[in-house]
Amino acid sequence: MSEELKVIVFGIANEEYGIEVDKVRTIERMMPITRVPKTPSFIKGVINLRGIVVPVMNLSGRFNLPETEVTEHTRIIVVAVNEMEVGFIVDSANDVIDIDSDIIDTPPEIVGGIQAKYLDGIAKIGEDRLLIMLNLSEVLNKSEIVQLEQLEV
Amino acid sequence: MDMNAYLSMFIDESNDHLQALNDNLMRLESSPEDISIVQDIFRSAHTLKGMSATMGFEDLASLTHEMENVLDLVRNDKLKMDSFIFDTLFQGLDALESMVEDVVQGGTGKSDVTHIVNNLANIVKGDYKNSSTEPAASASTTAAGQENGGLLDQYQSSVLKQSIQSGLQVFYIKVTLTESCVLKAARSYMVFDVLENTGEVIKSEPSVEDLEQEKFDRSFTVFTISSVSPEELTSKINSISEIETVEVLPLDEESLATLSSAGTQAAAAVEAPAAPAKTEKAEVKSADEQKKPAVKAPVANRTIRVDIDRLDALMNLFSEMLIDRVRLEQLASEVKRQDLTDTVEHMARVSSDLQNIVLKLRMVPVDTVFNRFPRMIRDLAKSLDKKIDLIITGADTELDRTVIDEIGDPLVHLLRNSVDHGIETVAERVAAGKSETGTVHLRAFHSGNHVFIEVEEDGKGINAKKVLEKAISKGVVKPEDAGKLSIDEINNLIFSAGFSTADVISDISGRGVGLDVVRTKITSLGGNVTVTSVEGKGTKFSVQLPLTLSIISAMLIKLGDEKYAIPLSSIVETAIIQRSSILMVHGNPMIKFRNAVIPLISLSKLFESPSYSEEHEEEHEIIVIHKGDKWAAVVIDEFIGQSEIVLKTLGKYLTNISGVSGATILGDGQVALIVDPNALIK
Repeated sequence: MSEELKVIVFGIANEEYGIEVDKVRTIERMMPITRVPKTPSFIKGVINLRGIVVPVMNLSGRFNLPETEVTEHTRIIVVAVNEMEVGFIVDSANDVIDIDSDIIDTPPEIVGGIQAKYLDGIAKIGEDRLLIMLNLSEVLNKSEIVQLEQLEV
Repeated sequence: MDMNAYLSMFIDESNDHLQALNDNLMRLESSPEDISIVQDIFRSAHTLKGMSATMGFEDLASLTHEMENVLDLVRNDKLKMDSFIFDTLFQGLDALESMVEDVVQGGTGKSDVTHIVNNLANIVKGDYKNSSTEPAASASTTAAGQENGGLLDQYQSSVLKQSIQSGLQVFYIKVTLTESCVLKAARSYMVFDVLENTGEVIKSEPSVEDLEQEKFDRSFTVFTISSVSPEELTSKINSISEIETVEVLPLDEESLATLSSAGTQAAAAVEAPAAPAKTEKAEVKSADEQKKPAVKAPVANRTIRVDIDRLDALMNLFSEMLIDRVRLEQLASEVKRQDLTDTVEHMARVSSDLQNIVLKLRMVPVDTVFNRFPRMIRDLAKSLDKKIDLIITGADTELDRTVIDEIGDPLVHLLRNSVDHGIETVAERVAAGKSETGTVHLRAFHSGNHVFIEVEEDGKGINAKKVLEKAISKGVVKPEDAGKLSIDEINNLIFSAGFSTADVISDISGRGVGLDVVRTKITSLGGNVTVTSVEGKGTKFSVQLPLTLSIISAMLIKLGDEKYAIPLSSIVETAIIQRSSILMVHGNPMIKFRNAVIPLISLSKLFESPSYSEEHEEEHEIIVIHKGDKWAAVVIDEFIGQSEIVLKTLGKYLTNISGVSGATILGDGQVALIVDPNALIK
């Protein structure tokens, strides 16, 4: 069964990632972030999203990749999954494309240093463009954070 | 007709009436001679009956009807209230409450209440004293109905007799509707309307209820006292459409006597089948009676009911505006244009008035929770065979709706505890040289940003020694720490989790059953509960609750370039201290404050502040905070000032961050975290 998916494309380091558009609430420019103490280091803090306090995480940090510098292209993508709203800091967000669910392949164990469980699959677009589809519920899995905290203590 | 639209109104009003019934019955129990209270009760019951019948809740209506019958007798001085009647009425009330509750839950309000109905019917017949414990079979009820099946009972005939003696006209009216009549109930109502406009309806056959529900064939008869001539009455009734015949017979004393004594003969004249037992007690629904509520009822509050969600939405929108206001104030102070500053100041004043109103909208008097307690205490005292006075003060104290909704259960728990385990039995009290009747005080009062609710009784108090033994054996307290605890600290151990077991009941005055649940609940509301007790004298539970959960006053502070808010309610004092005055006790920094030595907490260390450390300062700004009666000093970088802040959560992703209770949005649009002082003091 093939299905048309609308996907927001964003970049971290040199990779391109995709999130289904209906899970994205808004894309914002970088804004002041208030640090929240005693949280894992990839959680950058909270922002004021038009009156609502939303936590923000650095996706690279979440995947244990080196974090990149903030530039004028840096964006915060706010997603809503499982009644949680979280912002992702990404290097750029530049495109919305339609893809066919058929072209999404199951991911190999590790893609660009990210464990397969965080991914829904990999979409091959055109000749040599790869789009990494994120599994948001796994990325926002809280039990893992709890484990991380225990490791840090 | 779609009744759903009226259902919520029905539920709200039924609850009001049930509460009124409850309150008035309690009042009546303390002063049984006061007939005016009976009138109030009767009125509530009557309205309730009408409403339930309209909504089609038959069981509710019929039970209320039976209760009304009893009350009617009491009202007319034909029955003296006694404890059996009170108990039966209370039972009836409970049944009504559970039926309404069932309706609230989406049920049909059906319930088997034959037992109570029979008891009520027995009371009406006056033979409950003989067979009060045995629910009378319905057959005997019917039999009794036939025995005195006369058309008029003693009371009604005496009323009619007096009217005739005082020169008024009494008529026996028989109305027959046309065969094609569709709205029989409506037509009969119109007839009653005419009669009540010209006089008073003493009795109708079938009863008004049956007429309203069209439980009659085509004709009905009415006894009425009237001021107009028979001809006029006939023509007035005839002017109502779909009436076939009207017979108006003037009655004199003689014919009246025949009617009331020879019931069978008169009954033959009535076409309608003899009504079941309940019509034996006629429904006295005089015009006078119907006017009374309008005159006597207190002027109704001009209120509307609003969905709580709308209030919440209003509150949210308002908090958005509050943030913009602070932002505007900041901008205006930067721009420094007089007219802008003036406008912003005016807006600030208006919005702070608005804030008060919005906050007040959500405030509900604690009475809405307290009003069920007198009844509860009465029942408890009765079942435990104790004598207890419940004295409620400050029932008009207002609290946020959210808090009110949650506080009921913990208070029930505390009160039950006081009655069950605090107050002694009569014999024990006398032996201890106390008055027979124990007193439970339930107080509510404002203090600062908090509302306090206290439950105090003059019972036997907490046996601190046994609490301590129990606490040690349960592992709540280490034996080596036991000696350091003060009496109050020991007493407060009863709130500890793991302290609640069944065998505690017999062991130490029963305290501690589920009290940890009470504390958890109250803490989750941002409140606190403590206990003080003097053995042999009594115990006092004190519950501290925040006034509102959405807007609080806070002190804004800085740690380097980070801003934090500390709730003003937990701040004792702000001060500046010299570094040299810091004492080290077991390696922990402490300072002297008001003749006490209190711990000094470094907020920058705790929050791992990247841009500030007080290490190299000679002087420290400190904020002294308290949790209950424990104090601590918090070192900060700089005070910004006091401000009203709107509480926001950190969202579902970030939960349980130690030391942070939430966030707020400052005037410049930035998020500041709210420090949780309770987490700072261990």
